[in-house]
Amino acid sequence: MDLHEIVSSLSLEVTTPELSLTREVTGGYVSDLLSDVMGNSHAGNIWITLQIHLNIIAVASLKELSGIILVNNRKPDADTLKKAVAENIPVMTSSLPTFELVGRLYALGLRCR
Amino acid sequence: MPHRGLVKVCLEEGVFFLTGKDFTNAGAASSSLKGILERLGVRKDIIRRTAIAAFEAEMNVIIYAVAGMMKYRITDTEISVIINDMGHGIPNIELAMTEGYSTAPDYVREMGFGSGMGLPNIRKNTDSLTVDSVVGEGTTMEFVIQLNAVN
Repeated sequence: MDLHEIVSSLSLEVTTPELSLTREVTGGYVSDLLSDVMGNSHAGNIWITLQIHLNIIAVASLKELSGIILVNNRKPDADTLKKAVAENIPVMTSSLPTFELVGRLYALGLRCR
Repeated sequence: MPHRGLVKVCLEEGVFFLTGKDFTNAGAASSSLKGILERLGVRKDIIRRTAIAAFEAEMNVIIYAVAGMMKYRITDTEISVIINDMGHGIPNIELAMTEGYSTAPDYVREMGFGSGMGLPNIRKNTDSLTVDSVVGEGTTMEFVIQLNAVN
Protein backbone atom coordinates (compact mmCIF):
# COMPACT_ATOMS: atom_id res chain seq x y z
CA MET A 1 0.00 0.00 0.00
CA ASP A 2 1.36 3.44 -0.83
CA LEU A 3 0.79 6.79 0.86
CA HIS A 4 -1.49 7.97 -1.90
CA GLU A 5 -3.91 5.12 -1.27
CA ILE A 6 -4.03 5.95 2.46
CA VAL A 7 -4.55 9.66 1.80
CA SER A 8 -7.52 9.05 -0.49
CA SER A 9 -9.09 6.24 1.59
CA LEU A 10 -9.06 8.32 4.78
CA SER A 11 -9.58 11.76 3.19
CA LEU A 12 -6.40 13.10 4.74
CA GLU A 13 -5.26 16.64 4.13
CA VAL A 14 -1.72 16.72 2.73
CA THR A 15 0.27 19.62 4.19
CA THR A 16 3.34 18.92 2.03
CA PRO A 17 1.98 18.95 -1.55
CA GLU A 18 5.58 19.33 -2.82
CA LEU A 19 6.38 15.75 -1.83
CA SER A 20 5.60 12.54 -3.67
CA LEU A 21 3.08 10.13 -2.12
CA THR A 22 4.23 7.10 -4.06
CA ARG A 23 6.32 5.62 -1.27
CA GLU A 24 5.40 2.23 0.12
CA VAL A 25 3.97 2.06 3.66
CA THR A 26 5.15 -1.11 5.43
CA GLY A 27 3.08 -0.72 8.61
CA GLY A 28 2.10 1.78 11.24
CA TYR A 29 3.25 3.07 14.62
CA VAL A 30 1.37 5.25 17.11
CA SER A 31 3.05 7.24 19.84
CA ASP A 32 3.46 10.78 21.13
CA LEU A 33 6.73 9.90 22.88
CA LEU A 34 9.67 10.48 20.56
CA SER A 35 11.99 7.94 22.19
CA ASP A 36 9.28 5.30 21.87
CA VAL A 37 9.14 5.96 18.13
CA MET A 38 12.96 5.98 17.92
CA GLY A 39 13.17 2.66 19.73
CA ASN A 40 10.19 0.74 18.39
CA SER A 41 9.00 1.93 14.97
CA HIS A 42 10.23 0.29 11.77
CA ALA A 43 11.56 1.79 8.53
CA GLY A 44 8.69 2.44 6.12
CA ASN A 45 6.07 2.82 8.88
CA ILE A 46 3.50 5.59 8.87
CA TRP A 47 3.60 7.45 12.22
CA ILE A 48 0.42 8.69 13.89
CA THR A 49 0.91 11.41 16.52
CA LEU A 50 -0.43 14.62 18.00
CA GLN A 51 3.04 16.20 18.24
CA ILE A 52 3.38 19.05 15.72
CA HIS A 53 6.83 20.56 16.48
CA LEU A 54 9.74 20.19 14.09
CA ASN A 55 11.61 17.49 16.01
CA ILE A 56 9.11 14.92 14.73
CA ILE A 57 10.70 15.36 11.30
CA ALA A 58 14.17 14.51 12.63
CA VAL A 59 12.77 11.34 14.20
CA ALA A 60 10.90 10.33 11.03
CA SER A 61 13.95 11.02 8.88
CA LEU A 62 16.40 9.12 11.12
CA LYS A 63 14.02 6.14 11.28
CA GLU A 64 13.22 6.35 7.54
CA LEU A 65 9.47 6.43 8.22
CA SER A 66 7.19 6.80 5.18
CA GLY A 67 5.23 9.74 6.58
CA ILE A 68 3.45 11.34 9.54
CA ILE A 69 -0.29 11.71 10.16
CA LEU A 70 -1.35 14.35 12.69
CA VAL A 71 -4.64 13.64 14.44
CA ASN A 72 -7.54 15.75 15.75
CA ASN A 73 -7.11 18.43 13.09
CA ARG A 74 -3.78 19.50 14.50
CA LYS A 75 -1.74 21.59 12.07
CA PRO A 76 2.05 21.36 11.84
CA ASP A 77 4.13 24.38 12.90
CA ALA A 78 5.51 26.45 10.02
CA ASP A 79 9.11 25.34 10.69
CA THR A 80 7.92 21.72 10.89
CA LEU A 81 6.57 22.00 7.34
CA LYS A 82 9.75 23.61 6.08
CA LYS A 83 11.85 20.85 7.56
CA ALA A 84 9.43 18.15 6.32
CA VAL A 85 9.94 19.32 2.75
CA ALA A 86 13.71 19.60 3.21
CA GLU A 87 13.92 16.06 4.66
CA ASN A 88 11.35 14.59 2.25
CA ILE A 89 8.89 13.46 4.95
CA PRO A 90 5.23 13.83 3.88
CA VAL A 91 2.97 15.21 6.63
CA MET A 92 -0.79 14.63 6.54
CA THR A 93 -3.55 15.73 8.90
CA SER A 94 -6.84 14.10 9.86
CA SER A 95 -9.90 15.43 11.66
CA LEU A 96 -10.28 12.06 13.37
CA PRO A 97 -9.08 11.30 16.89
CA THR A 98 -6.24 8.75 17.13
CA PHE A 99 -8.46 5.78 18.04
CA GLU A 100 -10.71 6.24 15.01
CA LEU A 101 -7.86 6.94 12.60
CA VAL A 102 -5.80 3.93 13.67
CA GLY A 103 -8.88 1.70 13.49
CA ARG A 104 -9.36 2.68 9.87
CA LEU A 105 -5.67 2.17 9.04
CA TYR A 106 -5.89 -1.30 10.58
CA ALA A 107 -9.01 -2.02 8.52
CA LEU A 108 -7.05 -1.05 5.41
CA GLY A 109 -4.62 -3.83 6.27
CA LEU A 110 -1.79 -1.96 8.00
CA ARG A 111 -0.16 -3.65 10.96
CA CYS A 112 2.57 -2.78 13.47
CA ARG A 113 5.64 -4.23 11.74
CA MET B 1 35.27 -13.31 13.04
CA PRO B 2 38.89 -12.96 11.86
CA HIS B 3 41.36 -11.79 14.46
CA ARG B 4 42.57 -8.38 13.40
CA GLY B 5 44.95 -7.63 16.23
CA LEU B 6 44.96 -4.37 18.16
CA VAL B 7 45.43 -2.00 15.25
CA LYS B 8 42.20 -0.44 14.06
CA VAL B 9 42.21 1.31 10.71
CA CYS B 10 40.42 4.63 11.09
CA LEU B 11 38.11 5.31 8.14
CA GLU B 12 36.72 8.61 9.29
CA GLU B 13 36.48 10.77 12.39
CA GLY B 14 35.05 14.12 13.29
CA VAL B 15 33.13 16.22 15.74
CA PHE B 16 29.76 17.99 15.93
CA PHE B 17 29.06 20.85 18.30
CA LEU B 18 25.77 20.86 20.19
CA THR B 19 23.99 23.80 21.80
CA GLY B 20 21.68 23.35 24.78
CA LYS B 21 17.97 24.24 24.25
CA ASP B 22 18.54 24.51 20.48
CA PHE B 23 15.54 22.38 19.53
CA THR B 24 15.57 23.86 16.02
CA ASN B 25 18.73 21.96 15.09
CA ALA B 26 18.08 18.95 17.30
CA GLY B 27 18.92 15.76 15.43
CA ALA B 28 21.21 17.45 12.90
CA ALA B 29 24.39 15.83 14.26
CA SER B 30 22.83 12.35 14.30
CA SER B 31 21.50 12.90 10.81
CA SER B 32 24.95 13.90 9.54
CA LEU B 33 26.52 10.86 11.20
CA LYS B 34 23.89 8.63 9.56
CA GLY B 35 24.78 10.17 6.18
CA ILE B 36 28.48 9.45 6.72
CA LEU B 37 27.77 5.80 7.61
CA GLU B 38 25.59 5.45 4.50
CA ARG B 39 28.38 6.89 2.35
CA LEU B 40 30.85 4.41 3.86
CA GLY B 41 28.48 1.56 2.98
CA VAL B 42 27.90 0.43 6.58
CA ARG B 43 25.24 -2.28 6.99
CA LYS B 44 21.70 -0.88 7.32
CA ASP B 45 20.81 -2.46 10.67
CA ILE B 46 24.03 -1.07 12.16
CA ILE B 47 23.25 2.40 10.78
CA ARG B 48 19.78 2.19 12.35
CA ARG B 49 21.15 1.26 15.77
CA THR B 50 23.75 4.03 15.59
CA ALA B 51 21.11 6.60 14.57
CA ILE B 52 18.91 5.70 17.54
CA ALA B 53 21.77 5.88 20.07
CA ALA B 54 23.22 9.09 18.59
CA PHE B 55 19.85 10.85 18.51
CA GLU B 56 19.10 9.99 22.14
CA ALA B 57 22.54 11.16 23.24
CA GLU B 58 22.25 14.35 21.19
CA MET B 59 18.81 15.10 22.69
CA ASN B 60 20.18 14.63 26.19
CA VAL B 61 22.70 17.42 25.57
CA ILE B 62 20.05 19.69 24.05
CA ILE B 63 17.52 19.05 26.83
CA TYR B 64 19.80 19.09 29.86
CA ALA B 65 23.14 20.77 29.12
CA VAL B 66 24.44 24.20 28.19
CA ALA B 67 26.57 22.86 25.35
CA GLY B 68 28.36 19.73 24.27
CA MET B 69 30.27 17.84 21.59
CA MET B 70 29.68 14.63 19.73
CA LYS B 71 32.91 13.02 18.54
CA TYR B 72 32.77 10.01 16.27
CA ARG B 73 35.40 7.62 15.03
CA ILE B 74 34.67 4.94 12.48
CA THR B 75 37.25 2.18 12.05
CA ASP B 76 37.21 -1.01 10.01
CA THR B 77 35.74 -2.85 13.00
CA GLU B 78 33.58 -0.41 14.99
CA ILE B 79 31.84 2.92 15.38
CA SER B 80 32.64 4.78 18.58
CA VAL B 81 30.85 7.93 19.65
CA ILE B 82 31.83 10.13 22.58
CA ILE B 83 29.43 12.80 23.78
CA ASN B 84 30.57 15.22 26.42
CA ASP B 85 28.65 18.14 27.77
CA MET B 86 28.80 21.06 30.10
CA GLY B 87 25.71 20.40 32.17
CA HIS B 88 24.39 19.67 35.64
CA GLY B 89 25.83 16.17 35.68
CA ILE B 90 23.96 13.04 36.72
CA PRO B 91 23.96 12.39 40.52
CA ASN B 92 22.86 8.75 40.22
CA ILE B 93 23.72 7.09 36.90
CA GLU B 94 22.08 3.78 37.79
CA LEU B 95 18.80 5.58 38.47
CA ALA B 96 19.14 7.56 35.23
CA MET B 97 19.49 4.27 33.34
CA THR B 98 16.19 3.01 34.77
CA GLU B 99 13.45 2.82 32.17
CA GLY B 100 10.82 5.48 32.82
CA TYR B 101 12.98 7.62 35.09
CA SER B 102 13.38 11.22 33.93
CA THR B 103 14.15 14.63 35.38
CA ALA B 104 13.01 16.50 32.26
CA PRO B 105 11.07 19.74 32.78
CA ASP B 106 7.37 19.86 31.82
CA TYR B 107 7.78 21.80 28.56
CA VAL B 108 10.20 19.14 27.30
CA ARG B 109 7.81 16.33 28.28
CA GLU B 110 4.98 18.07 26.44
CA MET B 111 7.11 17.83 23.29
CA GLY B 112 7.25 14.07 23.76
CA PHE B 113 10.78 13.96 25.17
CA GLY B 114 11.70 13.06 28.74
CA SER B 115 9.88 9.73 28.81
CA GLY B 116 12.81 8.03 30.52
CA MET B 117 13.56 5.87 27.49
CA GLY B 118 16.65 7.69 26.22
CA LEU B 119 19.48 5.98 28.08
CA PRO B 120 17.72 2.56 27.93
CA ASN B 121 17.40 3.04 24.13
CA ILE B 122 21.12 3.79 23.92
CA ARG B 123 22.01 0.73 26.00
CA LYS B 124 19.76 -1.56 23.93
CA ASN B 125 21.23 -0.44 20.61
CA THR B 126 24.95 -0.40 21.43
CA ASP B 127 27.56 -3.06 22.19
CA SER B 128 29.10 -1.07 25.02
CA LEU B 129 28.14 2.05 26.91
CA THR B 130 29.97 3.97 29.59
CA VAL B 131 28.71 7.07 31.37
CA ASP B 132 30.88 9.26 33.58
CA SER B 133 29.45 12.28 35.26
CA VAL B 134 30.54 14.96 37.72
CA VAL B 135 27.69 16.87 39.34
CA GLY B 136 27.97 20.56 38.53
CA GLU B 137 30.47 19.97 35.72
CA GLY B 138 29.07 17.69 33.08
CA THR B 139 28.71 14.23 31.63
CA THR B 140 30.78 12.12 29.23
CA MET B 141 29.22 9.18 27.49
CA GLU B 142 30.89 6.74 25.13
CA PHE B 143 29.20 4.05 23.14
CA VAL B 144 30.59 1.55 20.68
CA ILE B 145 28.83 -0.43 17.98
CA GLN B 146 30.66 -3.31 16.31
CA LEU B 147 30.53 -3.31 12.53
CA ASN B 148 30.77 -7.04 12.05
CA ALA B 149 28.24 -8.09 14.68
CA VAL B 150 25.78 -10.85 13.82
CA ASN B 151 22.53 -9.35 12.53
